[in-house]
Amino acid sequence: MKMVVAYIRHEAFEPIREDLLAAGFPSISITEVKGSGRQKGITEHYRGSTLAIHLRPKLKIECVVDDADVSLITSTIQRHARTGDVGDGKIFLLPVEGAVRIRTGEEGPEVLQAHEAEEIPAGA
Amino acid sequence: MKKALKRAVLPLSAAALVALLAPTSALADSHDLSQAIAGKLDMSVGVNSLWVIVAGALVMFMQAGFAFLEIGFSRAKNAGTVIAKILTNFSIAAVCWWAVGFAFAFGAGSLLGHSGGFFFTNLGDPLKTFPVMGTSDATIESKWFFQFVFCAVSLAIVWGTTLERIKFGVYVIYAIVFASVIYPIGAHWVFGGGFLQSGHWLGTNIAGMQDFAGSTAVHLIGATGAFAALLLLGPRKGKYDAQGKPRAIPGHNMPLFGLGVLILWLGWFGFNPGSTLNALDGRFPEILFITNLAAAAGVIAAVATAYWRTKAIDIGMAGNGAIAALVAITAPSGYVEIWAAPIIGAVAGVIVVLGVYAIDKLIDDPVGALSAHGLAGIWGTISCGLFTAPRLAQYNGFGDPQGGLVYSGHFTQLAAQCIGFAIAFSFVFAMSFGTFWVIKKTYGLRVTTEEEDAGLDISEHGMYGYPEQFIPEPELIGYGATPSLAPRPIATSTTQEATA
Repeated sequence: MKMVVAYIRHEAFEPIREDLLAAGFPSISITEVKGSGRQKGITEHYRGSTLAIHLRPKLKIECVVDDADVSLITSTIQRHARTGDVGDGKIFLLPVEGAVRIRTGEEGPEVLQAHEAEEIPAGA
Repeated sequence: MKKALKRAVLPLSAAALVALLAPTSALADSHDLSQAIAGKLDMSVGVNSLWVIVAGALVMFMQAGFAFLEIGFSRAKNAGTVIAKILTNFSIAAVCWWAVGFAFAFGAGSLLGHSGGFFFTNLGDPLKTFPVMGTSDATIESKWFFQFVFCAVSLAIVWGTTLERIKFGVYVIYAIVFASVIYPIGAHWVFGGGFLQSGHWLGTNIAGMQDFAGSTAVHLIGATGAFAALLLLGPRKGKYDAQGKPRAIPGHNMPLFGLGVLILWLGWFGFNPGSTLNALDGRFPEILFITNLAAAAGVIAAVATAYWRTKAIDIGMAGNGAIAALVAITAPSGYVEIWAAPIIGAVAGVIVVLGVYAIDKLIDDPVGALSAHGLAGIWGTISCGLFTAPRLAQYNGFGDPQGGLVYSGHFTQLAAQCIGFAIAFSFVFAMSFGTFWVIKKTYGLRVTTEEEDAGLDISEHGMYGYPEQFIPEPELIGYGATPSLAPRPIATSTTQEATA
């Protein structure tokens, strides 16, 4: 099992979400974060003074999947998050020791994603 | 100064005095002042001017209403730009209205006012130079101000459809064309004494168009400009999904939107009742009564319609219902009896909700301006053809003296209303579409996708409307509170690095 952690632009999220859902990976978490990398900051002008802002808003996606599914997830994220400009973000892979579904007590890789389409809640 | 004037005037005969006054009355206030000095200024001039200025100030305050309404319906990243736009537009309109707009709109002439008044000079006898306002003896400055704030309202309506994606420069360019040419000509035809208002044009038997305070002349003209802009501008990014289905882009602040609606409602108590340009005929309280009643009916009808269609009590639609009803009652407010007001308002409340739902499927109008000012403006104009009372048509002196359909039993007035709004719409649409098309081909209408994503506040103005929401706290606080030019405090520490 691996945790995929990706830092992306906000506007890339919706198509990634749609493709992951269609591919049977509904279980993801997101966090709105502020960070910096190679992308330049912006300058706010306020009544003759300026303020340099280096931290830019990004979206952090977390998603735990089977080792075999990792390349599908990363390629989906890359396909939609890549604009070619500095600031597209990064993807990190972390090893995961274990997993428990709280509702049923199931353990192991089968709790990771709802692969069957009928298990995905309506309106998701 | 006064003495010198008296010395110059005294030796002249009465006839020469009149001859002398004729050129100096180009400055109207000097005319009024000399009348006052001579003890000949009627008190009614003061009373009527006072009412027109008070009403005009209420209409000016509607700019705040438009600002808050648009800010509330925008996302937080596009909040500040609205303030810069409203202030800039209002100011450009003021200068253009002084230069040419007022003269075009309210001078004598069938197609275009051309009897003087450019740069507020050559006013002659203002009651004759601006004949359509000749029945009121309020000073020409008060009338200028009142008509100017109408022009500014019409211009403010244009931008409701363009929020969150238009280049700021477009506001500036179009404002000049709109306040100098488009609005003055359209308004002249409809309520400035032009051919639509006087009727029987081109040898036809068409009755004069009735538009008391501007359902067509102000609101439909503004909404038509908004429609032309929107067609060339396109929807906001993310408004429609891959299948073309509309998605909601919720505005960031419903309380601000509500404040805007209430300010507009208040402003309408100047807009319609002030259009009497006269306090002494005692009509303005009745018109205010009618205006308020229609707005109330509009809110109730809009809330009910929205609940019927969506099973939710829609906050935005409650406000849109008020605006639409106020727009609709604007034309008939000086022409109908009180009983007609709730009917006109309620129909407008239904129209605006169904209109927003239908329009949203096709084009992206963030505040519902096309519905609230366009469709409701058309309905209000038509409603004169239905409900105008004969006594008020005769008093105002425009249109069929037998009144609207329910009184006269024939379609004379209704036909005049329909032809009138159709001509006004066609003219303004052609002029506005042409203007925006030229802007699009040269300067460009729309910001880049990156700028739209970042928001107009930072991309067009370099600053946020809500800095704390977009600038991370650690970067906002900063460090070192001493200006760099001030002498640095003497370090008490012994290490060199601490002061470097």
